[in-house]
Amino acid sequence: MMGRILQSTEGRLAIITLVVFITMSILAPERFLSPANLTSMAFQFPEFAILALAVAVAMLTGGIDLSVVGAANLSAVVAALFMSQFAGTVANGGTGTGILLAAIALSLAVGLVTGLFNGILVATFGLPPILATLGTGLIYTGLAIAMTGGSAVMGLPPAVAWVGNGTLLDIPVPLVIFSALAIALGWVLKRTAFGLKTRMFGANPLAARYAAMDTGRVLLKVYALCGVLSAIAGLIVMSRANSAKADYGSSYLLLAVLIAVLGGVNPYGGYGRIVGVVLAVLSMQFLSSGLNLLQVTNFAREMIWGVLLIGVMLINLLTFRRKS
Amino acid sequence: MKSIDWARNETLVFVVIVAFCGLAAISDPNFLSIPTLTDLMRNSIVLGIFAVGAMVVLVSGGIDVSFTAVAAFAMYATTVLLRDLAPDLPWPLAFAIATMIGAVLGSINGVLIAFCGLPTLIVTLGTLSVFRGSLLTFVGTLQISNLPPGMRDFSRWMMVRGTNSDGSFYSLPWAFAALVIIVAATWFILNRTMLGRAIYAIGGAPESARRIGINVRRTQFFIYVFVGALAGLAGIIHASMARISNPFDLVGLELSVIAAVVLGGARLTGGVGTLTGTLLGVALIVLVRNSLIVIGIPSTWQSVAIGVLIIVGTGLPAWQAKRAEARET
Repeated sequence: MMGRILQSTEGRLAIITLVVFITMSILAPERFLSPANLTSMAFQFPEFAILALAVAVAMLTGGIDLSVVGAANLSAVVAALFMSQFAGTVANGGTGTGILLAAIALSLAVGLVTGLFNGILVATFGLPPILATLGTGLIYTGLAIAMTGGSAVMGLPPAVAWVGNGTLLDIPVPLVIFSALAIALGWVLKRTAFGLKTRMFGANPLAARYAAMDTGRVLLKVYALCGVLSAIAGLIVMSRANSAKADYGSSYLLLAVLIAVLGGVNPYGGYGRIVGVVLAVLSMQFLSSGLNLLQVTNFAREMIWGVLLIGVMLINLLTFRRKS
Repeated sequence: MKSIDWARNETLVFVVIVAFCGLAAISDPNFLSIPTLTDLMRNSIVLGIFAVGAMVVLVSGGIDVSFTAVAAFAMYATTVLLRDLAPDLPWPLAFAIATMIGAVLGSINGVLIAFCGLPTLIVTLGTLSVFRGSLLTFVGTLQISNLPPGMRDFSRWMMVRGTNSDGSFYSLPWAFAALVIIVAATWFILNRTMLGRAIYAIGGAPESARRIGINVRRTQFFIYVFVGALAGLAGIIHASMARISNPFDLVGLELSVIAAVVLGGARLTGGVGTLTGTLLGVALIVLVRNSLIVIGIPSTWQSVAIGVLIIVGTGLPAWQAKRAEARET
């Protein structure tokens, strides 16, 4: 039983997550397990966890999406500018729920467009994903800077706070959004033709094409999905900060890539499970919060993340070598 | 017909640079002047050294995103070391120390990539966090503006100095010679030694390289140590020229550097890349960063411009390759 758990990447990751959780609970029992800490963790991780889901989906095809943070900020900035245009009408009464809904739709549309643009570059023009998304990431961030002049967009209607700070049946809304997305994505990747094609393309693009798969369409859909996921993450960041800015969450890009790889997604494509990504997110968050409670600086945390990433890769390598 | 190959990135980048300078000269007649040139050259030093390293890695089929963290670590650790232990050390020794620190950090990448066989992007992403995190945790977070005298001497050492007609000054520090030497040395290694040919060979086709008897692991290990050493040197030059050693500097530049190298024609898939292209790519990025405003584009549009350049610069060759492939099959 134990052997079987240890053999799969996700099984090992589950054990790592558990070990981190237990260690932190022992090191700081009152504070780590306190309801306040658990709730604050549930509010914190969904924003970068959703970005990690986006990166993981792109990685499944053997590509990568480095534009997720740019796309998230661009769609948040567009939504925030839209809402601040109508802030005057909200000021006399109402909380601006209608405007919020319109802004959400708008930002998701922006996310979709950014994703489709990436998809066209990769699928139609054949750019290497890493370069295409590196370039578009700069473009999206740049557009957000050009729209705002580099400053934060503030003065959002009160309803916005609900997305990032509200609760639904006592569960933090960001956590609800993340769980729904993770479950839906897990189902799509495992049970639908699109999911199968995504993984097949990642495993062997040439074979996928010889199998008469419309590879361009699959890639286009994958990057469009990444764009929409980024926009959702952008909305949560906007709501939690109660403003939108071109350079929010710039450290999330590397973190998202790190989580996807830690979660067992093969950066060369073909293999990866959402369960793994979720476990990687949880272990990262437990580690972050725990270290934070133990008064470890942010910088040491960054270092520990890096050690964790390389450590997990080495463990995966050793078990792989033993198997073959 | 073969005289100018328009599909080459080097040609494209060169044409864009010329067009950019032409436009800039039309809107501002003072643009084509020695101060603009010395500014361009001065701003290309650190970026250029980074780019040479990044190009060697790309040619070998890998990618390194940790070199900025290596540079920041080597720069700051050397400054602290000099300040606390040997304030009167002359600059060549300080530079040697920084280069050594860079090489040691680079060898960590080298071991993980060459001997453990881990993917280069993941390893260097991890070591980026580790190097930066350990620098800020164990070495320090405060910037040092009172540099040791050796480094200050170096920063005052000018190659060219002059006064414009309007009374403003321009100058080019000797640090530029470091870039020239590094480019010359790297050219020699890449084009005149077996090691250099091995680097191109393993980037082109690792399996073929192995079969003709190239020691792939040793070559890869050398590459990451070399890049680390270059990064360390670039770091200490950066601090000397800025006259301040700030541990938060440099990290964040890595993607711009890789963008410059890729603009210059190096392929992410390995085996292709030239120093000429790399230097042209660096010149273009520096021009866009410094002088976009001169051709009438507000500087808030800077990253959009660089992003468009990357996409057009890599998109054209990629699209041509794709069409050629479609015609064959």
